[in-house]
Amino acid sequence: MSTLTISDVHSDYQGQQVLKGLDLTLKKGEIAALLGPSGCGKTTLLRAIAGLQTISQGEICINKRVLSGSNVFVPSEQRGVGMIFQDYALFPHLNVADNILFGVKGGDKEQRKRRLNEMLSLVKLDGLSQRFPHELSGGQQQRVSIARALAYEPELLLLDEPFSNIDAKVRGEMMLEIRAILKESNVSAVFVTHSKDEAFVFADKLALFNGGRIAQYGTAEELYSSPNDRYVAEFLGAGNYLQARVSSSTSVETALGTFKSTAELKHGLNYQGELMLRPQQLEIVADDAGTGVILERRFLGNTCHYKVNVAEQSYEVNSQLSQLVPGQRVTLTTPVHPLVMF
Amino acid sequence: MKIIKNLAVLGFVCFASVANAADKLTVYSYRQAFLIDPILNDFTKETGIDVDVVFSKKGIAERMMREGRLSPADVVLTSDFYRLMELVDKELVVPASSELLSSNIPAQYRSPDETWYALTMRVRNVYSSKERLGKLNINYEDLADPKYKGKICTRSGKHPYNISLVASMIAHHGEAETKAWLTGLKANLARKPQGNDRAQVKAVKEGLCDLAIGNSYYLGKMLQDPKQVPWAEAVEINFPNQDNLGSHINVSGMALAKHSRNKDNALKLMEYLSGDKAQKAYAEVNMEYPVKADVEPSALVASWGEFKADSLPIYKLAEFHHAAVKMLDEVKFDL
Amino acid sequence: MILGLPKRWSLAGYFVALVITLPLVAILIQAMIPDESVFGHLLDTVLPTYISNTLLLMFWVCLGAILIATPAAWLVAKCHFPGRAIFQWALLLPLAMPAYVVAYVYTDLLDYAGPIQSALRSFFGWGSPQDYYFPEVRSLGGASMMLAFVLFPYIYLLARTAFMEQSSSLQHATRVMGCGPWQSFWRFSLPMARPALAVGVALVAMETAADFATVSYFAVPTLTTAVYDTWLGYGSLSAAAKLSAIMLLVVFTMIGFERFARRKQQLFQKQSGAEPCELYSLKGIKALLATGYCTLLLLVSFLLPFIILLNYAWQYFDESWHVEFLAFSFNSFYIAAIVSVISVTLGILLMFISRVSPRKADLLPSRLSSTGYALPGTVLAIGILVPLTYLDFAVNDLYEYLGQQGPGLIFTGSVFVLIFAFCIRFSAIAIGSVENSYKRISPSLDMAAITMGLKPSSLLWRVHLPLLRKGIFAGMLLVFIECMKELPAALLLRPVGFENLATYVFQFVSDEQLEHGALAAIVIVLVGLVPLIYLNRSLEQQG
Repeated sequence: MSTLTISDVHSDYQGQQVLKGLDLTLKKGEIAALLGPSGCGKTTLLRAIAGLQTISQGEICINKRVLSGSNVFVPSEQRGVGMIFQDYALFPHLNVADNILFGVKGGDKEQRKRRLNEMLSLVKLDGLSQRFPHELSGGQQQRVSIARALAYEPELLLLDEPFSNIDAKVRGEMMLEIRAILKESNVSAVFVTHSKDEAFVFADKLALFNGGRIAQYGTAEELYSSPNDRYVAEFLGAGNYLQARVSSSTSVETALGTFKSTAELKHGLNYQGELMLRPQQLEIVADDAGTGVILERRFLGNTCHYKVNVAEQSYEVNSQLSQLVPGQRVTLTTPVHPLVMF
Repeated sequence: MKIIKNLAVLGFVCFASVANAADKLTVYSYRQAFLIDPILNDFTKETGIDVDVVFSKKGIAERMMREGRLSPADVVLTSDFYRLMELVDKELVVPASSELLSSNIPAQYRSPDETWYALTMRVRNVYSSKERLGKLNINYEDLADPKYKGKICTRSGKHPYNISLVASMIAHHGEAETKAWLTGLKANLARKPQGNDRAQVKAVKEGLCDLAIGNSYYLGKMLQDPKQVPWAEAVEINFPNQDNLGSHINVSGMALAKHSRNKDNALKLMEYLSGDKAQKAYAEVNMEYPVKADVEPSALVASWGEFKADSLPIYKLAEFHHAAVKMLDEVKFDL
Repeated sequence: MILGLPKRWSLAGYFVALVITLPLVAILIQAMIPDESVFGHLLDTVLPTYISNTLLLMFWVCLGAILIATPAAWLVAKCHFPGRAIFQWALLLPLAMPAYVVAYVYTDLLDYAGPIQSALRSFFGWGSPQDYYFPEVRSLGGASMMLAFVLFPYIYLLARTAFMEQSSSLQHATRVMGCGPWQSFWRFSLPMARPALAVGVALVAMETAADFATVSYFAVPTLTTAVYDTWLGYGSLSAAAKLSAIMLLVVFTMIGFERFARRKQQLFQKQSGAEPCELYSLKGIKALLATGYCTLLLLVSFLLPFIILLNYAWQYFDESWHVEFLAFSFNSFYIAAIVSVISVTLGILLMFISRVSPRKADLLPSRLSSTGYALPGTVLAIGILVPLTYLDFAVNDLYEYLGQQGPGLIFTGSVFVLIFAFCIRFSAIAIGSVENSYKRISPSLDMAAITMGLKPSSLLWRVHLPLLRKGIFAGMLLVFIECMKELPAALLLRPVGFENLATYVFQFVSDEQLEHGALAAIVIVLVGLVPLIYLNRSLEQQG
């Protein structure tokens, strides 16, 4: 069953189209990342889901209930969504306990207390209930804000760049921790980020934005290894784009030779396009008779990065081989794999 | 919504306070409250009628015009004649007929149509430095004499006492001559017009100037204040124009407010103010000349001697008031 | 932003703005009514002098205040010298002094009969004013000096903040490039602080234009006193309104200038949070000069007048301490209290609306409502009396139409008119104070609260109010002292028989016997000191 359904959502801001027809669905318990550079509309969509922004066309539904649509607008306070902010938005005048219980309605003292303790132990902050936000570390504040949003039992949790203020050293750990919390409470979440690394770690599904549209929506693997277009491919990682011609349903011809694909190509015979090869998909071997020459070498620890020139064209290659040196002649090939061509 | 509630409560409070005031008499006064408070307190003691005094140096007529029929004023007290006339001109006061008033106040000190009554008289004196000039037989006209250059002090030309003096000069000498006189006087001033009449006498004491223009009763009031006695003792009081026109007289007065809701009590107050007791108090406390014929001035005031008063009917002054104000502006008397 | 904000909030905002701008509109309408040649007469005779006096006064006061305040601000912000910690706040104290009280005290000291000239005379054996030259205290120059001494803290405060916030790396750069303190001041600090100084100058100019008591005591006729005289002396409301309109032109020019300077200031002071740069350590003669300068300034502008006031009050204590004094104090206090509560409530309401409303036009009410402060007290009084008198008559007509006795002048004849006027004049202060606090509340708090199901009113009540506490308190304090000090509006609008501390003190000032009113003046000053000290402390905590 899907928690969130977004269909054909448009939004204008001061006469400018910010969202130009978005579709997206999210299943119960899934975490989706809205990924993209700044100004692509991902935050606008998040706010539109929260009811903090109007939409001009389309529909937003949570659990089949239309929240925004033609002639329908449910105000934020009645939507039942939780939201986590970049600055955590903890109320500085309330302590942790009061912050967490802020949105919890009803219940007697005992129930509220139980809820509070549940939340505290969920986010591993037992014993800190009387602290004030300014007495907590950034990570702790983050967890309080999550506890506060979950305590309210939202049908959907929205996270607006929640990790951008967290120190890089602990960010990864933090993300895993919070992901675990969300998974444990089986809550659906939408998460805005401009960092693909965060999206890879935190989300189940990625919606990559491009100028107010979703360029591709799917799992991280899908987007990485079979991107819909060059924009998606480039956003998710470095790559080499080779001029190529489809020579059969499973092979292409390029300047580096003819490559075979394990999957059927999408394009017809003789189609001219670009073949995408990730740097680690190129194999490099020392070959005195090779057409390639190494221009640069950078040692990265577990791999070595080379810049190789073949027939006036340069290629990025990641390789386990670390003994090659600039000026050395080499040959580039690619192992047989499902080729991606645009 | 809270605000509206607050405002409503506030409104009620104000409403209540206004409603409360209805059975009191309200006096609008150009005279300082402390001058008349003792007299009004006596009135309250005798009649049981409470009196509220609103003192304002300026703008009572303006205020009454604005307040119109809702004005709380019952009686208006003024410290000069022009303001009485202003009240009459603007139809803010009504005739108050009373035999007692007519018998207490001589005919030349009340309007024939009974719209106003004078209460006290004051002379616009010229004070001279005992030390430097001694007692003088001086005329107002002499104040423009270049021999007094830098030796004269006065308050703002726009003060009613001075306007009234200028108006009397216009009445006697015409506009052109008066303007020349005023220009000469302005040129003789030791300093820019400022302060009140008392401050001018003080300036004489300090040596800032030798002549000061001031009302008669100020000298008496200064002699009552230990701090100011030395000022008063530094000057001689001179009644100007004794050999010709006589000294300029100003009156303080009263009138019955048109929209008074309590005209009977207001009349009682007016009668009281014209009576022996109040007139005596004016004479003794304020050192003014009472209008009631059989009430003597105080011993101190009497000791200044008899004088000849200007015979110009006081209502004449009102005719030249505006001309006087304009002239004061034209010669930039205060600037 | 609350997308579903009910329309009634916006309506409330517009209603408040309408009421607050009412006097302005009333004056403009009144100014268009022809008067019986009074204005023409004024124009032909004294008006040019009034206008030039006003402009000259503004010029001299601003110049004086800048010259006094800038060195003090720079010393306190950038240098170490004995007493710096005290001067930091003490130089704000003059703001608590009503200018006319300072003027009175100095007139007493410097007048012909005052101790200084008397001493000079007896020392040199001079006999009369013709024997020597001594500048006239009661003059345009004198009034400028007095106002400059009382108003310079505005510039001092803004300049000090500007100097302190100047980025330390820039300061270091100038030092590395070989600038000493003196050069660094001229070539870096001063130009950088120029926008802040401009804002301060605009404020000082506005206060100067609005001053009534000092110039009237010094017999320097300006537009403010002209409005008063024309209205009450000539009895011509429309001529007074025309003068008011001229006055407003001057004031609004100043406001425009201030807004412009403020925008610039934001550009110049962008880098906040820069670590404070180390101070120049003044030694020996330099330290002595710095301390001496600040001490002298404090002495002249505050301590001396205050001590003289204390002396007066001590000598005349028995005469001054009576039931009426308590009643007048009570009048001042309760009016100030009511006004500060109402103004801040309005400020909160207006700023809340402009913060959360999704409608762009809803920013307007809070902007419009800030114009009240621009109206000098005399001008405001005219602007208020006209519409409120209409209202009074309307109410009474209604009563009488219903066959009942009318309630009388419930608006113009009661303290309502005073409270109303003060609220209009000082709401801007409350709005500014609340606005500043609001800026420090992250918008995401609103969004968090709303998504957790809070209605607009509970957002205000449960989230904003607790967080605005400080700003609300500061706003109330500021409005409170302004109400205690405000004179011209109180003089013109007070109801029958009403007297408060300011009118009471001024009565004695104009009668040349402040001695009797010194106790009341001290109360005004002391009440003003508390918030100054509190505000300065909270300012320092921010920095």
